[in-house]
Amino acid sequence: MKKFNKLAVFGFVVVAVMASAAVFAPFITGCDPGAIDLGNSLMPPSIQHIMGTDSLGRDLFSRMVYGARISLSVGFVAVGISVVAGIILGSLAGYYGGWVDSVISRFIDIMLCFPTFFLILATIAVLGPGIWNIMVIIGLTGWMGAARLIRAEILSLKEREFVEAARAVGASDLRIIACHLIPNGIGPVLVSATLGVAGAILTESALSFLGLGVQPPVPSWGNILTEAKSTLGIAWWITVFPGLAILITVLGYNLLGEGLREHFNPHRRQ
Amino acid sequence: MVGYISRRLIGMLPVLFGITVVTFFVIHLSPGKPTRLQAEMSPRISLEARERLDRLYGLDKPVHEQYWQWVKRLARFDLGRSFVDERPVSTKILERLPITIAINVLSLALIFSIAVPIGVASAVREGSLLDRVSTVVVFIGFAVPTFWLALLLMSFFGVHLGWLPISGIKSIDFEEYNIIEKCIDMAGHLILPVFVSAFAGLAGISRYMRTSMLDVLNRDFIRTARAKGLPENKVIYKHALKNALLPIVTIVGLSVPGLIGGSVIFESIYAIPGMGKLFYDSVMARDYPVIMGILFIGAVLTLVGNLLADVIYACVDPRIRVSGR
Repeated sequence: MKKFNKLAVFGFVVVAVMASAAVFAPFITGCDPGAIDLGNSLMPPSIQHIMGTDSLGRDLFSRMVYGARISLSVGFVAVGISVVAGIILGSLAGYYGGWVDSVISRFIDIMLCFPTFFLILATIAVLGPGIWNIMVIIGLTGWMGAARLIRAEILSLKEREFVEAARAVGASDLRIIACHLIPNGIGPVLVSATLGVAGAILTESALSFLGLGVQPPVPSWGNILTEAKSTLGIAWWITVFPGLAILITVLGYNLLGEGLREHFNPHRRQ
Repeated sequence: MVGYISRRLIGMLPVLFGITVVTFFVIHLSPGKPTRLQAEMSPRISLEARERLDRLYGLDKPVHEQYWQWVKRLARFDLGRSFVDERPVSTKILERLPITIAINVLSLALIFSIAVPIGVASAVREGSLLDRVSTVVVFIGFAVPTFWLALLLMSFFGVHLGWLPISGIKSIDFEEYNIIEKCIDMAGHLILPVFVSAFAGLAGISRYMRTSMLDVLNRDFIRTARAKGLPENKVIYKHALKNALLPIVTIVGLSVPGLIGGSVIFESIYAIPGMGKLFYDSVMARDYPVIMGILFIGAVLTLVGNLLADVIYACVDPRIRVSGR
């Protein structure tokens, strides 16, 4: 067993810390993230409010901790949707080949032509913003990578003896795909899903920042930063902390993903 | 070469068809007619305008017929009229497009001139301090939210130091300037947006450059070049770099949709009157004809970007156009 590199371990720690902050949010901060206290608006970081307060006097730290819940769950659900959609389409294309493959591969090419952010914004314009909508929309505009990966894996796996053996004992196509091919080919997809979570968190924060993602008063790292624009030069803490949280979390997922990729890549194993 | 390009153009037709289908489908996802939703969202739209829209889009007809009508108009570059100000969508997009393309071209140039040397240097000295520092910087570059970087730079260089303007592409008294002052003024306004737009690509391309260079440096012909006694400079810059740059051309082509998509973010933060800002405003106003138009144009630009990358690739690498026959 090769050891993971230090950066990947750092990534794992970041991911674990952020995830536990999200899960145990009420135990970490005593403040209600929605409690408005206009007498204490725009207070710099202090003992009571370790990250300061926003223009409504809400405690920034507790908004950040609860925001972690929102931002991480959007990331996870969106990537979950991408992975499931990608696996279904990719394995159909890889297993059946022929016209099924041509249709699905062309569809992937077409989807990849759209600037993803444009596609997401256009869909939001039609369906409206909101946390559930953006989960689904980010998920359904990001499945192409997973589909390509699983298709390539299945193309090489389906010629192997164990698949022939399964067919010989009378297993159906569905059973071969679901029980034999997908479990064997899912590795690269899961590795890239780790990187996908990072991308989805970035997308969610950008959408919420633009006012098209998670809607206030529900806090997310992105929509906290919306206020930063109007307090630029007055309240540095509102700009700095949410941005750093996004940066560190995304960095964590990227480092973890790269570490996993290197670990499972047979060319790198010596 | 002409044969190669025309084959590629023909291959693009089904994709172009698919783009129109997806664009049409996305806008028709909404339950009920787009014009009804529009009318509910914004009371500003008049009943008469709504009826004209219904007629224009043939919303009383079955969906496939609506699609066919839309494609027929699209072929004449008629994208309909904006809900907001009744101007033709194609005019609105065309007047915004040059600034977005200019910023993207400038940022591609910036990406190239910084990322390639960094990638080459860290591949040549793999494991050195420079390599390790650039690896860390690259990972941070991947993780920085673009809009946050835009805010930070705006607050530091614009508000705190007051060196650079923070919004728009020209100053209020722009018209009174002479030509040199005009250029300086525009350049000052564009520094931050171009840098922000280039930043994410910078990290990615320098990473690819490093990988590609490492890959080439391990090939046999490099060993041959060294073995026959060529100076190291010549081996790296003449033999290795030329080959390592090839895959980067494709990567740059693939990064076009990201750049175009990112324009929404920095254009709306820096209030630049480009296509991204227009798109953002249209999404906010639920201006469907404009949204549909930009979505379509964005995808077509990507297609053109990929085609250009492939053509450049074929120009510099004869193997591609020969093997395609």
